[in-house]
Amino acid sequence: MARISGVDLPKNKRGLISLTYIFGIGRSKSAEILDRLNIDKHIKVNDWTDANVLEITQLIQDEYKVEGELRSEVQTNIKRLMDIGCYRGLRHRKGLPLRGQRTQTNARTRKGKKKTVANKKKATK
Amino acid sequence: MARSIKKGPYVYHKLLRKLEKAKDSSKKSVIKTWSRSSMIIPDMVGETIAVHNGKTFVPVFVTENMVGHKLGEFSPTRQFKGHSGNR
Repeated sequence: MARISGVDLPKNKRGLISLTYIFGIGRSKSAEILDRLNIDKHIKVNDWTDANVLEITQLIQDEYKVEGELRSEVQTNIKRLMDIGCYRGLRHRKGLPLRGQRTQTNARTRKGKKKTVANKKKATK
Repeated sequence: MARSIKKGPYVYHKLLRKLEKAKDSSKKSVIKTWSRSSMIIPDMVGETIAVHNGKTFVPVFVTENMVGHKLGEFSPTRQFKGHSGNR
């Protein structure tokens, strides 16, 4: 099993897909990495040689921002928005969507699970 | 779509004029403006700009972190006081 930047890659998936299990690497970056190292994207992780694994680990370490480092960068960006008190920062503080989406309904991703308000009267016609 | 780099950041020309005046007089004065869409440029750092929110002027003290944002982002136009049940 290959272990890259602290993440265990699924060994019975193709390299292209496997690398996307690392936070900060999606399909396009995964393809880019494998292309640069001339590794066939469709080879499964099981069939990578140790040299391959080493190469990939090295490349990701040197040139890509992944996992913890990336997460902390995202967090500092959010913190900056909150500190300067701009609109997006305020929305982050309140846990509401930032980009002008409606909040009367939906927006459940940001607002979390529904909180039912007790004693709400039924609308009468 | 993002603004073309060729044009540079948008700042209302009258605001630029006021800014220059404020820099010259070296006295701390609040610059009033309605131009919420103006970009905050490095020249504004350290100034206090009163940005209109449709009703009042909200004083915004510009810090270095704010460069690149628009003035309107710091002057909320809506006021949410909570729902009637939660008072």
